[in-house]
Order: sequence, then C-alpha cells, then structure tokens
Amino acid sequence: MSLYQILFYVFASVAVIAAARVVTVRHPVHAALYLVLTFFSTALIWVLMEAEFLGIVLLLVYVGAVMVLFLFVVMMLDVNIAPLREGFIRNLPVGVFVLLVMIIELALILGPASFGLELYPSPDPAPAGAGNTLAIGQVLYTRFVYPFEIAAFILLVAIVAAIALAHRRRPGVHYQNIDAQVRVRAEDRVRMAELDGDKTRRGDIEGQANKGKDES
Amino acid sequence: MEMIYLAVVLAPLIASIIAGLFGRQIGRAGAHWVTIIGVAISLAASVYVFSMHVFGGLPTFDGTVYTWMASDLFEFNIGFLVDNLTAMMMVVVTAVSLMVHIYTIGYMKDDPGYQRFFSYISLFTFSMLMLVMANNLLQLFFGWEAVGLVSYLLIGFWYKRESAIFANLKAFIVNRVGDFGFLLGIAAILAYADTLHYATLFERLPELADMTVEYWPGVEWSVVTVIAILLFIGAMGKSAQVPLHVWLPDSMEGPTPISALIHAATMVTAGIFMVARFSPLFELSDAALSFILVIGAITALFMGLLGMVQNDIKRVIAYSTLSQLGYMTVALGASAYGPALFHLMTHAFFKALLFLAAGSVIIALHHEQDMRKMGGLARKLPITFITFLIGALALIGFPGTAGFFSKESIIYAVQASTLPGAEFAYWAVFAGVFVSAFYTFRMLFLVFFGESRMDKETAAHVQETPKVVTVPLMLLAVPSLIIGFVVIEPLLFGGFFDDSIRVLANHGAMAALEAQFTGAWAMFLHGWATPVVWLALAGVAGAAIMYLGAPKVLPPLFARVFAWPKRVLDDGFGFDGFNNAVIAGGTRLLGRGLWQIGDVRAIDGVVVNGAAVVVSYLARTWRKIQTGYLYHYAFVMILGLIGLMTWIVFLNP
Amino acid sequence: MISLSEFLIFGGLLFSISVAGIFLNRKNVLVLLMAIELMLLAVNVNFVAFSHFSGDIDGQAFVFFVLTVAAAEAAVGLAILVTLFRNRRTINVEDLTEMKG
Repeated sequence: MSLYQILFYVFASVAVIAAARVVTVRHPVHAALYLVLTFFSTALIWVLMEAEFLGIVLLLVYVGAVMVLFLFVVMMLDVNIAPLREGFIRNLPVGVFVLLVMIIELALILGPASFGLELYPSPDPAPAGAGNTLAIGQVLYTRFVYPFEIAAFILLVAIVAAIALAHRRRPGVHYQNIDAQVRVRAEDRVRMAELDGDKTRRGDIEGQANKGKDES
Repeated sequence: MEMIYLAVVLAPLIASIIAGLFGRQIGRAGAHWVTIIGVAISLAASVYVFSMHVFGGLPTFDGTVYTWMASDLFEFNIGFLVDNLTAMMMVVVTAVSLMVHIYTIGYMKDDPGYQRFFSYISLFTFSMLMLVMANNLLQLFFGWEAVGLVSYLLIGFWYKRESAIFANLKAFIVNRVGDFGFLLGIAAILAYADTLHYATLFERLPELADMTVEYWPGVEWSVVTVIAILLFIGAMGKSAQVPLHVWLPDSMEGPTPISALIHAATMVTAGIFMVARFSPLFELSDAALSFILVIGAITALFMGLLGMVQNDIKRVIAYSTLSQLGYMTVALGASAYGPALFHLMTHAFFKALLFLAAGSVIIALHHEQDMRKMGGLARKLPITFITFLIGALALIGFPGTAGFFSKESIIYAVQASTLPGAEFAYWAVFAGVFVSAFYTFRMLFLVFFGESRMDKETAAHVQETPKVVTVPLMLLAVPSLIIGFVVIEPLLFGGFFDDSIRVLANHGAMAALEAQFTGAWAMFLHGWATPVVWLALAGVAGAAIMYLGAPKVLPPLFARVFAWPKRVLDDGFGFDGFNNAVIAGGTRLLGRGLWQIGDVRAIDGVVVNGAAVVVSYLARTWRKIQTGYLYHYAFVMILGLIGLMTWIVFLNP
Repeated sequence: MISLSEFLIFGGLLFSISVAGIFLNRKNVLVLLMAIELMLLAVNVNFVAFSHFSGDIDGQAFVFFVLTVAAAEAAVGLAILVTLFRNRRTINVEDLTEMKG
C-alpha cells in the first residue's frame, strides 16, 4: 500500500465519519464543526487528485467563509434544540434503510466493474512545477468567461438579497431619509405668515387684480 | 405606360386621402378642387390609355406592379391587365365620376359632410378602377369589396336618418350573400387551377373543362359550372339581380350623385364586367349561361314592372336600373358579351344623366322626391327637362339614341340564342321594352307635365339649377344621344373585344347579330320597322293617355281594377317581406337557438363551467397532497432518485 | 493506485449520508442546509474525480461555478433563516406550512 493510498483512505474515512456525525449530533454547532472537518478532509482528497486550487478554494471559501457564517447564525439564533430532535429515533430506521439502499445501489453503479482501473487508468502524475491554478485560470478567463461573469453577478445578487432580507429597521432609531430630503419643496418648509401691517397693502393689490379681471 | 396606369389609379386615391384626412384644413372649396383635379387627371390618363390601346395599337398590358405576398404555392400580386375592355371601363368610370364630382358641388352645397362626401366618391373612383384594371382575382376581389364598402358608406351618408342606416346595412348584408358566393368561386379557382391570375387561369381552362366534382355521392358537377355559378352569385349581389336585388331600391337613401355614380353607372355594373372578363370560363358551361339568362330575364321584366307603381322619382329610376342590369345579364347569358358591355356603357351615360337630372329636379324643389308633389316643371326647368327627356328616350331605346343601339342588339342576340331558357328570356326582354317605356314616360309626364301639385311656397321658388349642375347634365346628354350611333360598329363588329372576350362557336348569338348588321345608319332606319320600337312607343302612348290624357280619372281606375296585382307590385313581389320573415327571422331564430343551446348550455354550461367544476374538484382532492412540510417534498424527491437508480442498476442492461 | 471507482464511491457515500441526514433531521432547517452543502460537496468530488481521470480541466472549472452558486445559496438561505427566526422565533420545519394546500 503506497503512501498515496494510505492518505486517501485516512482522509476518506475521516470525511465520511465526520459527515455521518454532521447529521447525527445533537447540537447544530457541533454539526457545523463536523461539517468543517468534512470539508477539510475532502479538500485534502482534492489535493491528492492534483486539484490543489479547488482544494484551497474549498478551504478558503467554505471553511473560511460559509461555515463561519453558519456558525455565526447558529450561535446568534437562540434555538431551542429539543423539539428539533423529536422523531430522530423514530426516523432512524427509515434513514438507515435509505442510506443502505443508496449506498448499495451507488456501489453497484460506481463499482470497479464500470469505473475500475482497467477502464480508467490512473493518469500520470503531473510534472513538478505544473500549476493546476494556471490551467483553471486559462479556461476560466477564455472559454468560460461569460459564465464567470454571470457567476460574479449571481454573487452580487446574493449579497444584495441577503442584506435586503436580513436588514431591518429598528424602532426608535433615527435614519436619514434621502428620498424625502431630495423631494422636499420650499412650500413644505416655509409658511408665509400674514402680519397685520401688511393687510391694507395686500387688499389693494387684490383689489387691483380683481379689477383687471373684470375688465378682461 | 406603367406609370400612366398607376397615375390613373392613384390620383383619385391621393385626392381622397387629402380630402378625407385634411378636409378641415383645406376647406370645402379645397376638398372639391383637389378631388376634381384628381379625377380629372385620372380621366385624362384614361383617355390617353384608351386612345393608345384602341387607336395606337398598343398590345394588351398584363403586368405585376407589386407583389403583396408570396407563399410556397401562390403569389398574391397587385397588377394591371389593360386591354380594350379595361380601357373602355376606365374611360366610362372616370368620365361619369368627373361629371358627378362637378355636379356634387351644386347638389351638396349646404351639406355639412361636404369634404367627407368628396373623399368618399374619390375613394370610390379608385376602388372601381382597381376593380376594372385588376389582372388577378385577388385584386378584383379587393376592388369588389372596396366599392361595396364605399357604397355602404355613401348610402348611409346621412347617418342620422334611420332609413339610411337601415338601407346601408341592407345593402351590405345582401352584398355579403353575393360576395360569399364570389369568394367561394375564387377559392374554387384557386383550388382547381392553382392560380388567381386571369391569363394563367384561361390557359389552364382546357384542363378544367372535363373535370367533375362530387359533393354529394351520385351527383357529379362540372367544375367549370360550379365556379361559373359561384362567380355569378357574386355578380348577382353586386349587380342586383333577383333575388339579391332588394338592396338597390333602398340604396336611393343615399345622395343623388351617388345613386348616379355608384348605383347606376359604375358599381352595379361590376358584375356584368366581371362575367364579361371571365367569358372564356363562362363559355365552357352551358348550364351556367342558361342560369344567367333566366335570372337576367326575370330581373329585366319584373323589376321593370315594379317601376310602374313607384312614387319616389329616384326609386323609379332605381327599378329601371335593375331592369336594365337585367338586360345586360340576359345578354351575357346569350354569350353576347359585346352588346352587354355596349349597353353597360350607354346605360352608364344615360342613367347617370337621368339620375343627375332627377337630382336637379330634387334640388330645385328643395329635396322633395315624391312625384305626386311635382308636375308642370318643364317650363321652369328647361335644361333639366331637355336633358331628362334625352335620357328617357335613350332609356326606352328611341331610334337613334344610345340606348336604342345597345338594347336592340341585346334583344336580337337573345332571339338568336339557342340555350335552354332563351325563349323565355326573349319574351321577357321584349315585354320589358313596353314596361320600361311606360314607367319612364309616366315619370316624365308626372314630373314635367300636367298641372303643378306643389305647395305654393315651393312653386314660387322653383328656378333652374346652377351651372355646376346643368353643365354635367349637358355633358352627359351628348354621349347619351350619339354614342350608340358612333361606336356600335367598331365596338360590336370591329373586333374591339377580341383580346378580352372569347365566344365558343356553338354560341351563335353574336354571329347571328353580325350577319344581320349592315351599318349603324341602316340599323337606325330599320329600327322604325321593328316591333321593339313600336312596342316602346306604345308604352309611351299608354303613359301619355293615362297621365297626360286623364290623370285624374285613369290611374285611380286602374288602381281599383287591378287592385290585387298593384298590391303585389307595391310589395315588390314580397321579397322584402319574405326576407324579413324567413331569412332574417330564421337567422334570428337560429341565433337564439345557438345562443340558448350552443352557447349557454353547451359552451358555458358544459365546456366552461364544466371544466371549471372538474378542475375545482380535482384541485380540492389533490391539494391534500400539498402538505407544506419541507421533508415530504424532499422525501418524494429522494424516492424518485432511488427509483431512478434502481432502474439504472437492475432494469437497464 | 486508487481507481476512479473509489473516488466516486467516496462521493456517493457523502451523498447518501446527506440524504439520510435530511430524513433524520427533518425538523431542523439548519441541519437541512448543512446536508445540502454536503450534497453539493459530494457532487463536486465526482466532478473533480472525473476531471482528474480524463485529464480535462473543464470539470474543475465547473466545480468552481458550483462553489460560487453554493456560496450564494448558503448566504441567501441563511438570510432567509434569520428573517424567519426573527419573525417566528422558531426554525422548526413543522411550523413552516405556508404552502399547505
């Protein structure tokens, strides 16, 4: 057994066990942490497959950002866990049955008979210094440049959507209303007060105006 | 030349658009000037075209100016076919139209819809020219419908009068019946000949001649007969042949210039023109020709009879128009296309003249149309009287006048025809001569002779109509008098229509006519010796005795003695009653039945509400599946996934 | 050496576990979201494996996009979750039956 194989089996076992723990542990914080472990092991397996760029991205983006977000949320929400665990035991037989059926079927489909080394020989290891990052960058900025832009746009939309959803106006806090500020007119702010001294003059002016109206 | 053809058509259209859309800006005078100039250009160009084709020896023009639509199978083109027949129609249409335009200035002087009126009649001129100049059936149909539309608009010109609205609706609906036949005919041509282009169609006729169709098992019809009769049904609507004639008398609700232009001189002759244009087709079917002959004969005689009892001056002329259209149709049925078109032309002139003269009388009497309130106008309206008299003489076929030559030719042609029904047709047109002479001069005597039956105030104001009215009358009187004498020989026997009309050898009416003909002058002289002329004169004499000799005694006496026939005539043979009771009533009954059973019960009840009930039932049942629990949806998805995998693993080799 | 089949089965295991997780934690939206992330990871493993064995870099480019979308989905999903919790004081799926027919 080569080192390569040993590493693969170690990482794979850790990932699978951690994944199983994700769905079985009681507390969501623990689940999130196990998920981090799963991601971490999987990233290592990707590195074994010479996909070091994606492995790093998985660590940075998922473990570094998404999972932290998960943890934030889990910790921020004061969730009462007890009712959420209801029926776990009751559902266990069904869950295990489904798990077994799927594993057996997937093993039948994906087994060595159809995807073995004879049919798909292991590729030659890449020469030292060859960059997987460079290769991905080359296709990403040429062939996939439009999907790349669209992906960027999707991320932007997701940011806006997330803020719009989670943002809320707290009562009792003053906000600047820019719309109203722009829309304001002089008449709304300035009131022309009529003082006694002006009355006679105003009357004259109105009288003249009425006179002009009659003539026309 | 193509530019000139286009100018003929487009000048009235542009004038119409200007007068119609910018009527307020250009004012009343502007409206009549622009349309008169438009039609005058058209007339000048038509005359030029006529002279080039007839005297200049220009060959028949048959070309496309614009492709409207090209599909895989057919091309829909706008094109012109200009031969002698078209050229003649162009001159007739534009000439009468110009006269009517000028006349309208006087007739419609005080009408608020002045510009609208000019716009309509110019539009009519355009449509009619499109009709006669068409080189394919689609364009013909366009012109056909367009003149129908303008006719509708103009009959209902005084749209605040209920009777006018009724009349224009009637005209439109009755024409729709005819047009339905026409459209079916066009469709049949497209189906069997694969073309709408005249020339191509005529080339393919030999293939069609032997084809038969079987609509009902066991009954075989010749394709040509079916097409010909369908097309003729269209002509029956437009040219007001029995039983689709009912709209024409009512169309007199429109202003008189319209009665002259559309409902006497041009539009109603479209059917005649169309049958003549399709002579190669109609010639192939004796059955269709026989049908045409009989329908025409019935129209010619019986519509004339109705003219004898009318009191409205315009309705008398309207019935006379019906009767004369019947003459033309009879001629078509007898394969005498030349005389039919000849009569069409002379009739256009003298009937327009009669209408316009009647209009002149109406103007002079401040829009009074009832002949019982006229009388003794000959001295007060001398020009109107003389021109009216000329028109009347032409109408009854007085020797020498235009009508004499054309009518005489028709009667002889019918006599020579050997088709089934020709015997009846001959006697009908023969008797029709007496009838038309009688009602024409009855009208003349009632209006212009005898003692005045007007109220005093009107009588005091009667004076000759202005020049814009009388000049067109005089201009129309000239051709009404002489055109028959001048053109009969070249038109009928000089090969004028050789390019346009084809007659089979076994239809010998024209040949017989030609054999008899020895010159216009000889015909004129011989005219005095024929029974036809004497019959006409007898009609005049009869009218004179009744309405000049003893106007107080004889007409009431006759009315009493022939009370029952008179009632039949007053009812117009009951066509209107029949249509109202059976056709309109039946349609209403059918409509109500379809509404109550088809719509309310079947569609609303079963289809619409039924579908709604079923959907709401299903929705009520199936909404229980939608529990709203996320894991139920996920469960279903995963079940599907497992099912799919199972299928791949175990069932898919 | 490790065959393609082993990588794929590893992906399959992760996927099956996440499916079972959806069954087991049917009430906890948070864990459901995590299970979905796990599913996407399993799919990505397949992509990377195929890409590696066929020597075609396109598969990895695809993983990149899947990661992008998954991140966006996680962000929006969590934002919805926060709003939901703020309004309902619960994240129990049993209580979320707006769509009940």
